[in-house]
Amino acid sequence: MPLQLKAGLLIVGTIVLLGLLAPWIAPHPWDTISMRTRFLPPSATYWLGTDEYGRDVLSRLLMGTRLSLAMGVSATLVSLAFGVPIGLAAGYFRGKTDELLMRSADVLMAVPPIMLGLLVLAVTPPSLWKTAVAVGFVYIPPIARVTRSVTLALANEEFIQAARARAESTSYILFREILPNAWPPLIVEASLRVTYAILLGSALSFLGLGAQPPSSDWGLMISEARSFIDRAPWIALAPGFAMCLLVIGINLVGDGARERLDPRLKARVGKS
Amino acid sequence: MAGYILRRLAFVALVLVAVSILVFGITSLLPANVAYLILGPFAPPEQVRALELKLGLTDPIWQQYWRWASGILRGDLGESMLMNRPIAPLLWEAIVRSLTLTVTSFILIGVIGVGLGVIAALRHGRPLDHTVSVATYLGIAVPEFFWAIVVILVFAAWLGWLPSSGYEPLSAGYWIWLQHIIAPVMTLVFGHLAHVSRLTRSSMIEVMQSPYVTAARAKGLPERVVVIRHALRNALLPTITVLALDFGRLMGGIVVVETVFAYPGLGRLLVFSIQNRDLPTLQAAILVVAAIYALANFAADLLYAWLNPKIRYGRSVA
Repeated sequence: MPLQLKAGLLIVGTIVLLGLLAPWIAPHPWDTISMRTRFLPPSATYWLGTDEYGRDVLSRLLMGTRLSLAMGVSATLVSLAFGVPIGLAAGYFRGKTDELLMRSADVLMAVPPIMLGLLVLAVTPPSLWKTAVAVGFVYIPPIARVTRSVTLALANEEFIQAARARAESTSYILFREILPNAWPPLIVEASLRVTYAILLGSALSFLGLGAQPPSSDWGLMISEARSFIDRAPWIALAPGFAMCLLVIGINLVGDGARERLDPRLKARVGKS
Repeated sequence: MAGYILRRLAFVALVLVAVSILVFGITSLLPANVAYLILGPFAPPEQVRALELKLGLTDPIWQQYWRWASGILRGDLGESMLMNRPIAPLLWEAIVRSLTLTVTSFILIGVIGVGLGVIAALRHGRPLDHTVSVATYLGIAVPEFFWAIVVILVFAAWLGWLPSSGYEPLSAGYWIWLQHIIAPVMTLVFGHLAHVSRLTRSSMIEVMQSPYVTAARAKGLPERVVVIRHALRNALLPTITVLALDFGRLMGGIVVVETVFAYPGLGRLLVFSIQNRDLPTLQAAILVVAAIYALANFAADLLYAWLNPKIRYGRSVA
């Protein structure tokens, strides 16, 4: 296993584990307001200090880990649920279907992702799960594109011709024959999308269009800490660094996995 | 080449029409009735009905769309519901301020990004290359809004060199204007530098190992000429595509950056119009952003085709 992949898996694995165990390992309650402990700098009791309501930053950070991960994963599942069937159809039927679907994807990709997210969220009052759906919607086109290109390559293979000769139904061919073979590149693409989804989701929360107080979503935490940046910088820095670490971890995993899957790329990376 | 330009232009037009339908469609899904939004929640029903008739809200949706879209083609963007002012001048001011940020950042990203990439490639495998590589890897991972916080923390709170937010027009004095631009521009540059420098580095390394660079060296050309005239021109091809995409990302990035720095541009107008349900402003602002984004991609395609004859004469352009 390449070093990148190992390091990435270690980082992501640790963060996921911490997120899952958050309610049990958090040293303090994440949402209890206490005026006497406001703005305490990091100490032995409060490892990462406390925020403007006297809440423990570390505990909030740990609980927020779950939200960020859930946001990234569920948004990506939404993109996969729509993008994969679209890509399969475009790549397998070709012709007019392909043209129509891919041009629509081009149009969606011609709008900056955050605008598309804003547009979707403008319609309804903000909440975390709506943000996840909006973010998932934004990343349907890239998933559809990757699926399509894999499908195009697979559609001419002998085993697909054999399935057609056996008069298998189209849905059988698409989901039982092509899809299982298309997974490896799709998983790599999806893992990178998780990063984008986390970043976009937290940006939307930061703008007040995602998670709402008293949630401890990382983007919202940074947004709330803005007003106290000169007297209590740790409130903003902790979730900021956590987010960077998570993104670096996922990127390392994605790069490492891609290198293993794509020998052409491996040769090039090896050279440079 | 003319056919290619026309085809690309047709696609830009198609994208804009589709985006306008998308924008109009999604915003007309809004549960709250516009007439209620204007008159307040306690308005008597007959008054609401009268205003609905006046605004044409009872017409079929495609008629409403046609009225809106043809208005835009005539340059009439409608009125902001919240500020009771025509949108066009409001939007124009915001666009100018936002383009000040994005164009300045874009130039800096291009120059610094390509510069760092080339330096790293020429020092390939040495400590300087590793430093640049690690720094850019970190740069990709840091979200824009966190960069903004870091910039405020360092330059406003600790060093006290820059104001932490706000905007001053040029008439307030050049230095004061510039001071308010520096922090948002810095944030945008930090956030987008990494893609450009990483890509330039990898394509530059590849090009420097190619036979024609060896040939150019063998001819006895000075290294500077080999690097700039022979290698860089080809290595920049993928970079240009990424730069164009980056311009689009910058247009997205201003939403966050302008909100953080309370900079009254297009991004802040967008967030403001969403928060206040000012639909006509929202529709117009998103359409403008999509237009700028599409034109940036169009410009990049043209530049790419001009630099790369393979595409200019090829058929597959979509």
